[in-house]
Amino acid sequence: MRRLALGILLSLASAALLAGVPDRQRQTELIDILQQDCGSCHGMTLKGGLGPSLLPDQLRGKPRDFLIATIREGRPGTAMPPWGPILKESEIAWLVDQLLAGKGAYRQ
Amino acid sequence: MTDPNPAAAPASACPVNRLGEWRTVALVALFVLGMLSSLVVHAAQALRGTGDLAVIIERADGAVRIVETTHNSVLGRVEGLGDLSHASVVYSRDERYAYVFGRDGGLTKIDLLEQRIVRRIIQSGNSIGGAISQDGRLIAVSNYTPGGVRVFDAETLDPVADIPAEYAPGRRSKVVGLVDAPGQRFVFSLWDANQIWIADMHDPKHPRITKFRDIGKNPYDGMITPDGHYYLAGLFGEDGMALLDLWHPEQGVRRVLEHYGRGDQKLPVYKMPHLEGWTVAGTRAFVPAVGHHEVLVIDTQDWKQVASIPVYGQPVFVMARPDARQVWVNFAFPNNEAVQVIDTETLKVIETLKPGKGVLHMEFEPRGEEVWISVRDRSLVQVYDTGTLKMKRMITVHKPSGIFMSARAHRIGL
Repeated sequence: MRRLALGILLSLASAALLAGVPDRQRQTELIDILQQDCGSCHGMTLKGGLGPSLLPDQLRGKPRDFLIATIREGRPGTAMPPWGPILKESEIAWLVDQLLAGKGAYRQ
Repeated sequence: MTDPNPAAAPASACPVNRLGEWRTVALVALFVLGMLSSLVVHAAQALRGTGDLAVIIERADGAVRIVETTHNSVLGRVEGLGDLSHASVVYSRDERYAYVFGRDGGLTKIDLLEQRIVRRIIQSGNSIGGAISQDGRLIAVSNYTPGGVRVFDAETLDPVADIPAEYAPGRRSKVVGLVDAPGQRFVFSLWDANQIWIADMHDPKHPRITKFRDIGKNPYDGMITPDGHYYLAGLFGEDGMALLDLWHPEQGVRRVLEHYGRGDQKLPVYKMPHLEGWTVAGTRAFVPAVGHHEVLVIDTQDWKQVASIPVYGQPVFVMARPDARQVWVNFAFPNNEAVQVIDTETLKVIETLKPGKGVLHMEFEPRGEEVWISVRDRSLVQVYDTGTLKMKRMITVHKPSGIFMSARAHRIGL
């Protein structure tokens, strides 16, 4: 019985972990979306275009939750669309962490 | 004076060797003939026109492929063009030089025949596109940072004029939809300022600017009709378009297609649509609706909406085949794997093609028998027969985006 409980607990934990961080293949896809599709306004190198730069020094001082909400809901009245219908919350959070860490920009 | 042919002296002095001498002469003659014929072949290869050439952007590599559309083959590659994640191209009137406008403010002049960079400058921090003047002498670039238009000498790329898009003290707008217009003019739109400006370049160092204010919220791109008569700006911030009659600019800008999406919930737009002169088919213009999965059809006589055609996704490019019999449409993420073909007579979608993920651009050959389609995620350019709607050929190009044929050199607004 105790072993069963432990098993359930473990599988729950790993499910939570899986929900928290996209797997390797999905990470590659997310970086591709970031560079190609976010990149159509923010630039593949994330230095900006019609939309602002997404490089770490530009994001400094903006809370992580605010950035996640911006991607999820978009910014009404601007060209920033809501990505909530396309990306999971955990995927958005992972992308925000990449941006804050200065990762994800395309380099030639 | 020294004997120019010292070998001849001993030969004539020694008749016994005459046979060997003739053999040598024959061999030399053969060798020279061979050299000459190879030279002739070389010259034939080097001497070619440029009217069938095109440039394809390899956006991830900062490079372009030079291709020819007579046999649909790749001729060469030019590298070192910087950030081409958004790029466009205009051509010199002799169709020999391509001017490539990159995302990073780079302006590069390429010699298509020698397949090399003639000159490259970084003219701003962030740019979106450009135009060549009616007389072919000026290149104008529309910039996001710092917002405005910069004008350069087409031959040397030396700076000629700077037009800051300052719409309030210290505030500059991103500039979009820059085109050339008859009368040595450039016309462009100010995304942040809701304005359209005309720059008269008769005195290149001192452009005369005419400004039109409150033309509608957030113009996202602009195009000029193929006859150069009207400038049409698409609006992102509201449903509608802004129309300027370039024969009568004094009449001001008027709003057309107001409230085209009336009552409908706007859908998210994951890629900004584009407008180009190709969008006009006969007496009708086919334009992307913004936030609606529709192509709008406008009568270019009275600029009233004739129809709206439901399509596969948010249209990006809506392009008429040169004979205006078909309109081809590609779409924004997440529907960018498809291309639809609209019959301009019945206004119905007659085919949905699936070239693959990341269809970014289409370009018709000048007489429209083929269309070239770039498929970014498959690193392919596909060539379709526009009669059978079947693919004829695939060319491997790394992460292709824009395709620009040299025939653009002779089109107003391209």
